[in-house]
Amino acid sequence: MASRRLVAGGKEPHLSPGTRIPLTTTTHNPAATTFDLEAVRAEFPILQQQVHGKPLIYLDSAATTQKPRCVIDAVRGYYERDNANVHRGVHTLSRRATDGYEQARDKVRSLLNAKDRAEIVFTRGTTEAINLVASAWGRTNLREGDEILITHMEHHSNIVPWQLICEQTGAELKVAPVTDAGELDPDGFKSLLSERTKLVACVHVSNTLGTINPVETLTRLAHEAGAVMLIDGAQAAPHLKIDVQAIGCDFYACSAHKMYGPTGIGALYGRKDLLEAMPPYQGGGEMIKSVTFEKTIYNDLPHKFEAGTPNIAGAIGFGAAVDFLNRIGLDRIAQHERELLEHGMSRLEKVEGLTQIGRAKEKAGAMSFILKGMHPYDVAPILDYAGLAVRDGHHCTQPLMERFGVAATLRASLGVYNRREDLDALVEAIERARKMLM
Amino acid sequence: MPQTDVQLDRITETFEFLDDWEERFAYLIDLGKKLGPMGAADKNDANRVHGCQATVWLKPQITNDDPPRLEFSAESDAFIVNGLIAILLSAYNGRTPREVADFDAEGLMKRLGLEEHLSPTRRNGLHSMIGRIRELATHAANGTKEQST
Repeated sequence: MASRRLVAGGKEPHLSPGTRIPLTTTTHNPAATTFDLEAVRAEFPILQQQVHGKPLIYLDSAATTQKPRCVIDAVRGYYERDNANVHRGVHTLSRRATDGYEQARDKVRSLLNAKDRAEIVFTRGTTEAINLVASAWGRTNLREGDEILITHMEHHSNIVPWQLICEQTGAELKVAPVTDAGELDPDGFKSLLSERTKLVACVHVSNTLGTINPVETLTRLAHEAGAVMLIDGAQAAPHLKIDVQAIGCDFYACSAHKMYGPTGIGALYGRKDLLEAMPPYQGGGEMIKSVTFEKTIYNDLPHKFEAGTPNIAGAIGFGAAVDFLNRIGLDRIAQHERELLEHGMSRLEKVEGLTQIGRAKEKAGAMSFILKGMHPYDVAPILDYAGLAVRDGHHCTQPLMERFGVAATLRASLGVYNRREDLDALVEAIERARKMLM
Repeated sequence: MPQTDVQLDRITETFEFLDDWEERFAYLIDLGKKLGPMGAADKNDANRVHGCQATVWLKPQITNDDPPRLEFSAESDAFIVNGLIAILLSAYNGRTPREVADFDAEGLMKRLGLEEHLSPTRRNGLHSMIGRIRELATHAANGTKEQST
């Protein structure tokens, strides 16, 4: 059965031996043809520059991706031609701005395969999306004795909002353990699920380790326990084809700026019945139908959760970024990045004194490592002088750093524009750092 | 001329002489490696300056000279930060509390082209270390003034 499913849909990381392998949305299609990498690179103006006299090699896409010309043009074009406030006024510019903004929502709906456009709420990004759920859903659904289950590999954005709502409601935060390989410990996860668990919040792809979590299986387990499932998809959406209906999750959050779109815009997918039952997150314009001093009637979804003038240009840029992802094809992107990741990890493996943190079977996007006797703070500037943009630090995952007993790691992360040579250059620069430091 | 100034002048001159980043970087690493190590007992929580990415330990001492002089020992877990510490200590050590409190550390680093390392956003502990040194020096300077009056 498992092999038939593999043929049918690809593979998802095992949760444990004997666990049913579900059909997955997080697969690469071996039949996907490759794309013209140099042509794609040429679409990114920022990559055509030198840093410290060396061609820029950008390996920090997990922090933010670079923007293709089509996204930059969409934002510029909006301000040059269409700028007006949305959802009000019948004048031509207002209609154009509204159309652009709402078309972007349709594009995001389609990208995530949500059923209904009302289920896509524009937010400032993943962080705000999670805070929205923690606040609006949490305030009405959590009480003392309830539990929220997260994992040890969460970004601070998927930890702190839950801590805040726990403080306010008396609910308790539980943390599922991570194995030495950097995978979620399935038994630990299951043992923490109970009828007290009201919500599970889990990262789809770890920003530090690159681990792909088996979100469909986790969602099924969460639902079996009667809990609502939120997935932090910030690092998954740029690398994998997402299907919120196939995953079955209740909430899914992502950020445009990690998907070749602008900063300051992202999306929350929320199941319609849940969103409808939730009180507003913030009050203001846009989110109301009528206001009197006695009573305010809230607007329909998704506008109920979009108080104030939204980031219109950002949303339009986000829509252009979705077009970009679709044009290249997420299957192709996933395959390209998987090959790069395999190449990078095998090259790093051979570097003396280098330890990779995060050896999950299923990974996407990021490679974290430490170098024996070399502080990341010392290595990072040497890489910078080689033209490499590589991140050093705790990557907003301090509990995970503590789990692996390190203060910081170096992290190389991938985007559609990266080449094998980029990773060869990384390894060369690390060797050079060794010579300089040791 | 105090020993401090001789050391500092030598460092400044060397930095001016080296124009290639790699040579300057190597020199900084070298200064860091030559920094006298702190005793393990002194690397305690009280002496720890939190820097997020790199950690710095700082131990101040006041001599019995008249006027008293400040002597710091400090160490980091990162070579570059140790190099920067070596430069800063060569400027600070052996000076009176008032001189230390008034010393323009930012100006010195700017002259050497190293000012970016002092930015609080670098989170390497140096910004906090200088803050703590100034606080200690100001406190000591005020203390000695009270004694002498």
